[in-house]
Amino acid sequence: MNTSIHDRHIAPQIMAGLDGDNWRLAGYEARDGYKALRKIIDEKMTPEQVVAVVKSSALRGRGGAGFPTGLKWSFMPRQFPGQKYLVCNSDEGEPGTFKDRDILRYNPHSMIEGMIIGAYAMGITVGYNYIHGEIWAEYERFEEALGEARAAGYLGDHILGSDFSFQLHGFHGYGAYICGEETALLESLEGKKGQPRFKPPFPASFGLYGKPTTINNTETFAAVPWIIRNGADAFLKVGRPNNGGTKIFSVAGDVEWPGNYEVPLGTPFAKLLELAGGMRGGKKLKMVIPGGSSAPVVPGDQMMQTDMDYDSIAKAGSMLGSGAVIVMDETRCAVASLQRLSYFYFEESCGQCTPCREGTGWMYRVIHRIEHGEGRIEDLDLLNSVADNIQGRTICALGDAAAMPVRAFIKHYRDEFIHHIEHKQCLVGPGAHQHAPHATPLERAQEHEHIAAAEIERHPVSIDS
Amino acid sequence: MTVADHIAEFTARLLSDDAYRRIDREVSKFPPEGKQSAVMAALGIAQDEKAWLSVEVMTDVADYLGLPAIAVQEVATFYNMYNIRPVGRHKITVCTNLPCALSGGARAADYLKQKLGIDFRETTTDGNFTLQEGECLGACGDAPVMLIDNKRMVSWMSDEKIDALLVELSER
Repeated sequence: MNTSIHDRHIAPQIMAGLDGDNWRLAGYEARDGYKALRKIIDEKMTPEQVVAVVKSSALRGRGGAGFPTGLKWSFMPRQFPGQKYLVCNSDEGEPGTFKDRDILRYNPHSMIEGMIIGAYAMGITVGYNYIHGEIWAEYERFEEALGEARAAGYLGDHILGSDFSFQLHGFHGYGAYICGEETALLESLEGKKGQPRFKPPFPASFGLYGKPTTINNTETFAAVPWIIRNGADAFLKVGRPNNGGTKIFSVAGDVEWPGNYEVPLGTPFAKLLELAGGMRGGKKLKMVIPGGSSAPVVPGDQMMQTDMDYDSIAKAGSMLGSGAVIVMDETRCAVASLQRLSYFYFEESCGQCTPCREGTGWMYRVIHRIEHGEGRIEDLDLLNSVADNIQGRTICALGDAAAMPVRAFIKHYRDEFIHHIEHKQCLVGPGAHQHAPHATPLERAQEHEHIAAAEIERHPVSIDS
Repeated sequence: MTVADHIAEFTARLLSDDAYRRIDREVSKFPPEGKQSAVMAALGIAQDEKAWLSVEVMTDVADYLGLPAIAVQEVATFYNMYNIRPVGRHKITVCTNLPCALSGGARAADYLKQKLGIDFRETTTDGNFTLQEGECLGACGDAPVMLIDNKRMVSWMSDEKIDALLVELSER
């Protein structure tokens, strides 16, 4: 069983023709690889023309924010006299997301070609691919693919004999979720703690080493060659208006076949669930987090009526985000699930902004006490109040990302929270989530990581029952 | 000790020549004003060789890159994958985040704790294994998934596969 090498994609563009072994240059060329770059060079397309094609394709950023890629590219100052940089964000650490890893290991040249085209379009000569710390093997494969592209004349000086030169390097992270935030990523790339910067100034004017910089996600770059080869209209036609092309959805949780499914944007969620083999063990769908752990949870019934594109998911009160679809069945506890996610944001807050640094720990502790039968009814208002006071009050979106799940889980599953508080036990899994002894004050005084680890140890069945 | 010996000791490098060559290769990826960018990789290279980053090792990396020691220590302590304390011969990081937990990640972590007789952030008495809880390895579809010594990812880890893995690692 492989997460991406299967025949259950629909009209795939990035995953098309992959067998798990044909990631090298020869394999990529056999799949029309580097033909888009050749077309640009041979037909002497101007950078403006390339940006125009990407703009009219309605390609939107695949990393989470969904910002129109062509528009972002047009923000780069064309006549800037100094160095400009292109950066790929392969720091994929949003719980539920595992698509960029598969692009890097099964089709690395697709994103390399996309970066070269982006560099051409924006007049950039140096680029970096920031790769998630936990995927060392993919980093090594990426470096190997870079070597192949250089040797073949697709990368380096005078690409395909033209005047255009572009140097691309791999960069390996060391484990910090916050570095997926673009300005934290830039700080990290400069060899510092990954703490986000204030915006403005935006990276397009003040980015890496203070120079104009564009940052796109791996999947975004990987989508570009297809667009250049087949045209903006063809890409747009695959998806929906304002939602061009295909999207790789990482489906995880209670489905038969967790994995990546590349489908046209606008594909119904019900179809995606079917591709993933349906609910594991034939259980009933309870809830879905449709866009990575930061996205608000959506009740299963509503999700079954929702299509998988940016606008439809927004209408359902959530967001498409990175395309990570976390599916949970009827046996899963909303409180326990939220507790685990809240611990994650508490652990990963970079500590720079007070509302996030203090608020994430506060929310985790309150949810923890509710989960363990020590909650009070006023805790629900307290949680919403803490979430309100984090959201919109921090430098970066991690604060929002921590707050949104809390508000959504309480909104949709309030009865479960109340049941935990009033009956000191779980509504959905009697016995499975029962209240257990609380940490002693001595333990509480310990380093916060130790407390949290110890608490999770004491309640091993909290989620995975 | 002669003065020359003192100077030699003071300027002694802690890493192998090969390690510094690899660091040089990382430095070459960046513009001259961006030399600090190589600190992340340099610490990784140092850790591969020394198993963990003592203050002495951090200082050595700082000296080599011409950076203040605090700039290097800040990085080493910010990122989860640097070992800033001694660890066992093998470090096992298991993801227990929600998507993984739904597919057996938390259960696998319990099994590992029970097999090894240690909790998260602890090392077995024989010094063979350190167990760590991971926060999203970016491989949720592979759950239960673990990272061995920061570099080797092992996927779909059933109890039987965990048993075999522990035997294999104990022999190395």
